[in-house]
Amino acid sequence: MRDRLIFASQLVFTLLVAAFLVVPAGLSIVAGVTVNYFRGIQSGVTLQWVAQVWELYAGTIALSFLIAFATLAVTLLAGVPAAYALHVRGGRLSRAIEELITLPLAIPGLAIALALLLTYGGFSEFRRSWLFILVGHVVFTMPFMVRSVMAVFGTLDIRTLDEGAASLGASPWRRFRDVIVPNAVPGILAGSLMVVTLSLGEFNLTWMLHTPLTKTLPIGLADSYASMRLEVASAYTLIFFIMIIPLLVAMQMFADREQAR
Amino acid sequence: MNAAAGHGVSVLVGNCGKTFADGTRALEPASLDIARGETLVLLGPSGCGKTTMLRIIAGLEAPDPGGKVLFDGKDMTAVPIERRNVGMVFQSYALFPNMSVADNIGYGLKIRGVKKDERAARVAELVALTNISGLESRRIDQLSGGQRQRVALARAVAIRPGILLLDEPLTALDAALRERLRGELNRLLRALGITTIYVTHDQAEAMELGDRIVVMRNGAIAQIGSPREIYFTPQNRFVAEFIGAANIIEAPLENGHLVLPGGRQPIDGNASQPGAVAMIRPETIGIVSPANAPLSGTIDSVSFIGDRQRLIISAAADRPLTVDAPNTIRATIGERVGLSIAPDAVRLLPPDN
Repeated sequence: MRDRLIFASQLVFTLLVAAFLVVPAGLSIVAGVTVNYFRGIQSGVTLQWVAQVWELYAGTIALSFLIAFATLAVTLLAGVPAAYALHVRGGRLSRAIEELITLPLAIPGLAIALALLLTYGGFSEFRRSWLFILVGHVVFTMPFMVRSVMAVFGTLDIRTLDEGAASLGASPWRRFRDVIVPNAVPGILAGSLMVVTLSLGEFNLTWMLHTPLTKTLPIGLADSYASMRLEVASAYTLIFFIMIIPLLVAMQMFADREQAR
Repeated sequence: MNAAAGHGVSVLVGNCGKTFADGTRALEPASLDIARGETLVLLGPSGCGKTTMLRIIAGLEAPDPGGKVLFDGKDMTAVPIERRNVGMVFQSYALFPNMSVADNIGYGLKIRGVKKDERAARVAELVALTNISGLESRRIDQLSGGQRQRVALARAVAIRPGILLLDEPLTALDAALRERLRGELNRLLRALGITTIYVTHDQAEAMELGDRIVVMRNGAIAQIGSPREIYFTPQNRFVAEFIGAANIIEAPLENGHLVLPGGRQPIDGNASQPGAVAMIRPETIGIVSPANAPLSGTIDSVSFIGDRQRLIISAAADRPLTVDAPNTIRATIGERVGLSIAPDAVRLLPPDN
């Protein structure tokens, strides 16, 4: 009896906390399909705000996905070999480089953006293109890829696997392709998941780096909150949800399946 | 095994030492000469430098400047492991978790561009040789320790290496399995007849498998010799005590006799030396009547082991002597007994260390 009481109170507490977090999201979504939010849901349900957002901001959504997947591509191509090299080489220099890669986590995005602007702001072609934002996102997300891949390497004794493949005659590239990458898949997936979601939602850095022609989804969202009706901004949030949730679920399922293998 | 009939390469290690980046000296400069087809065992306690020596021969570590590694007279010092054609079995086996058993065994052949049919034939041959039929399509995490060990061996042998390097291949297994696989491994190595370097800390493994044993200690070679030489004529106290059981006696030597509390034990020759150090193996000491034995003592304890009984005899030498006696004699604690030791069973060791 006492146990059940404790369980019930814990359940209620958990549900309350969950509700505290979920209700605002739910309200925001509801607001996005309400004709007039100040009059409430009885004013009617509509998709006009969603359509309006799509019309105004479809470009930002496309750009966000372009940047997210470009960021993923760069962090995969540079981060996975980097993690391999850092792990196998070891030693003080590797530790220092690892710390350096991790540093952007501790530095405010604004500061990184400012540094990029100070250094490369003068290259106007580059400054105006989406590649400028890509650079910021790569700097910001790289530690997540490198760290999660290195974490897997740490549990696998990848150095001995590497030596094993080498003893059988495999060149460094063959070892990387045949043994290192296939065994690092769980870490690569976890890292990819983080890189894509972080890039899609990144605001601080992007806000500093963007131009009127290179707005990403979160920038557009801020823009609409600042200058449009509340319903439009909420419809924007709704689109954001619809875009990102299936992506997250898909990647998580993929990661689970890989782990269960 | 006649060395000339063996397979593989001969190995010459010239003056190879290893100092790590942090300044620790893992290996004093040492030289080894390994004949074609020979099985050489590097034996010693952990941290003695045996694995470092193996890794230098493998090409996984570079020796300090001045060190050289030659295969069949060809300088391999600067050649990386992937071009040395060595077969290596790691202590942790280093099997690839992303490949099946067959793919693991065939990986080295695939790297060498061997065609699929030929590869499959060679894999089948090795599966049969190492007794792992039926496991070909298993994943590595579905194998027992003993099975993994066999797959690792099959994978290393598949590429027909010039030299087989084994780094404590049985250490990860439990005692009973270790003993069984040791016999199997011995038969396999003899059948292959390939140059083999085997690292272990287990003297029984070293004795059974080695044509020659290199006993190592603190990064240096303590003695090189056949198992018999190492056992019967150790060159120093460390080797004597590390291999088998040994009674180490310190006593004055007078005209070819060790002067002990329990009598005078003759040795070969008639040397004299104030503080001699001698080794006597427990099984070379016979129990006789104390009446006319040159040496006598008192039985302190008796442990019946089965095939023999181990007695501890006090008051014979400067410290209690261990004696392996036949299991048939009657021995009682407190009884005074004579000890008969052939003069040539007493081995003088250098006094220091």
